[in-house]
Amino acid sequence: MNYNNKYFNPEEAFTRQEIESYQLDRLQKTVEHCMNSPFYRERFKKEGLKPSDIKTLDDLRKIPFTTKQDLRDTYPFGIASVPLDQCVRLHSSSGTTGNPTVILHTQKDLQEWANAVARCLWMVGCRPNDVFQNTSGYGMFTGGLGFQYGAELLGMLTVPAAAGNTLRQLKFFTDFGTTVVHAIPSYAARLYEVMQERGIDPRKDTKLRTLVIGAEPHSEDTRRRIEEMLGVKAYNSFGMSEMCGPGVAFECPEQNGMHIWEDYYIVEIVDPDTLEPVPDGEVGELVLTTLKREAMPLLRYRTRDLTRILPGDCPCGRQHKRLDRMKGRSDDMIILKGVNIFPIQIETILMQFKELASDYLITLETKENNDAMTVEVEVADNLSFDDFGKLQNLEREITRQLRDEILITPKVRLVPKGSLPKSEGKAVRVKDLRIKY
Amino acid sequence: MTVNQLSVFIENKSGTLVKVLKLLKAHNIQLIASTITDTTDYGIYRILCSEPDKAYKILKDAGVAISLSEVFAIELDDVPGKAADAIDFLAKEDISISYLYSFLLKGKGVLIFRTDNTEKAQEAIDRNGLKVIEEKDISKLL
Repeated sequence: MNYNNKYFNPEEAFTRQEIESYQLDRLQKTVEHCMNSPFYRERFKKEGLKPSDIKTLDDLRKIPFTTKQDLRDTYPFGIASVPLDQCVRLHSSSGTTGNPTVILHTQKDLQEWANAVARCLWMVGCRPNDVFQNTSGYGMFTGGLGFQYGAELLGMLTVPAAAGNTLRQLKFFTDFGTTVVHAIPSYAARLYEVMQERGIDPRKDTKLRTLVIGAEPHSEDTRRRIEEMLGVKAYNSFGMSEMCGPGVAFECPEQNGMHIWEDYYIVEIVDPDTLEPVPDGEVGELVLTTLKREAMPLLRYRTRDLTRILPGDCPCGRQHKRLDRMKGRSDDMIILKGVNIFPIQIETILMQFKELASDYLITLETKENNDAMTVEVEVADNLSFDDFGKLQNLEREITRQLRDEILITPKVRLVPKGSLPKSEGKAVRVKDLRIKY
Repeated sequence: MTVNQLSVFIENKSGTLVKVLKLLKAHNIQLIASTITDTTDYGIYRILCSEPDKAYKILKDAGVAISLSEVFAIELDDVPGKAADAIDFLAKEDISISYLYSFLLKGKGVLIFRTDNTEKAQEAIDRNGLKVIEEKDISKLL
């Protein structure tokens, strides 16, 4: 399967020129294929655009952007470019607020996705004699199945441990000789804490060597600290469910920026306000066009992630561009423990409680290496404050419903009406106090 | 026959308690008894005071999260064991108590409590001949 000891695929070793000619060919085919999608056919018609108008890579800019709202509006299958009977899997975003977003995959899509993930893992030295343990949630969360299929394709022995149950994770490390772990950074730190409690020295008692971290914003300091704790090399991974999941961009052994696989995607960085391209090195919104997808190709998809292209060549020799760490979002989406959360999801749940007033505040903090969310919500002033049990039950019920919606258990705090901060009369909804990256 | 008690919902941060007490002071309202139940995040400050209706309005108007609730006040002779007897009566009648506090005032013991069934509690109190303090009499204790 692998191409040589350095590169997993020949495409990985493409020169800029090879990348660009490959991209143009794939772009033209993708646009042609998109005409099978009712959504894109309609959109091209509206713009008076034909697939044959795409003659150069620069012509990409004639195509309108695709947004998350487009995915919601065409929920569940309206954007697909193949009939449903050719699809073999879907991944849906969490939540019940508004329409979730659904991504469909054909068999070939899944193979290409696995290939991209395998390429990433190969790049950082994973080989078939490695034991790969995935602590990511499985199911709809793409970090589970995405890494699973990629690691299997590469040929590693895989341990699909899934999320949680830290003691069992540690037992697997020691019993199965796990060498490669995929974990969100906060969970990697948690693993170390429990190792310490149990007297396990990761350097002596485990064979851990490589850690794949992603899906959660973290600083370079955090990465170095985790590497130091566990005695591993930690590599950043970038992906998103709209682009399959993991495998979009990944750090090479240089650990300086994530190579985005340009045979899979055309990458643009645009100013989120003007939507004009920004030069390499400047921060803007990441816009991606898929080049290999069958079931659901996306043209100029606005990811809402803010980042920049690192200028210059990478000493590793790969000419696929490098993305810097994500710098934030151009919308209000919160990324917590690898889960994407929109404040509106929380608001919708809170507003269903007649015991609550309308102001709330979501605070995100780093507590002992872990991301934590606190939701403070003002209670209605006609509530009976004498009944302690009722207040506690209310707190519990809000917590339960929020957990069901956002898949994370926040700390819920009831506060008196009028006690939450307002800025210029407008309520502050989200306060992010996490260590910045 | 119950007395009116104020229940104030307060955040566990400095300033809230003093705000309530200063408002009462400003309007010359006297505390008879008060108690705080707390969790790590918030507390319920329960107050028995002179002119509870007036106090309620003042605090409510000042934006304090407050409710007015009816609680039982039982007068006890100031000798050891009287509280045990009173609670024993209620327990035998299967009256469960949500919360309770007590204090001594001018040679009398006072037991304040709330139950989940006021009607049943009232019947039990009457049957057992417990001496109830009424709202109009509570200020006279001062």
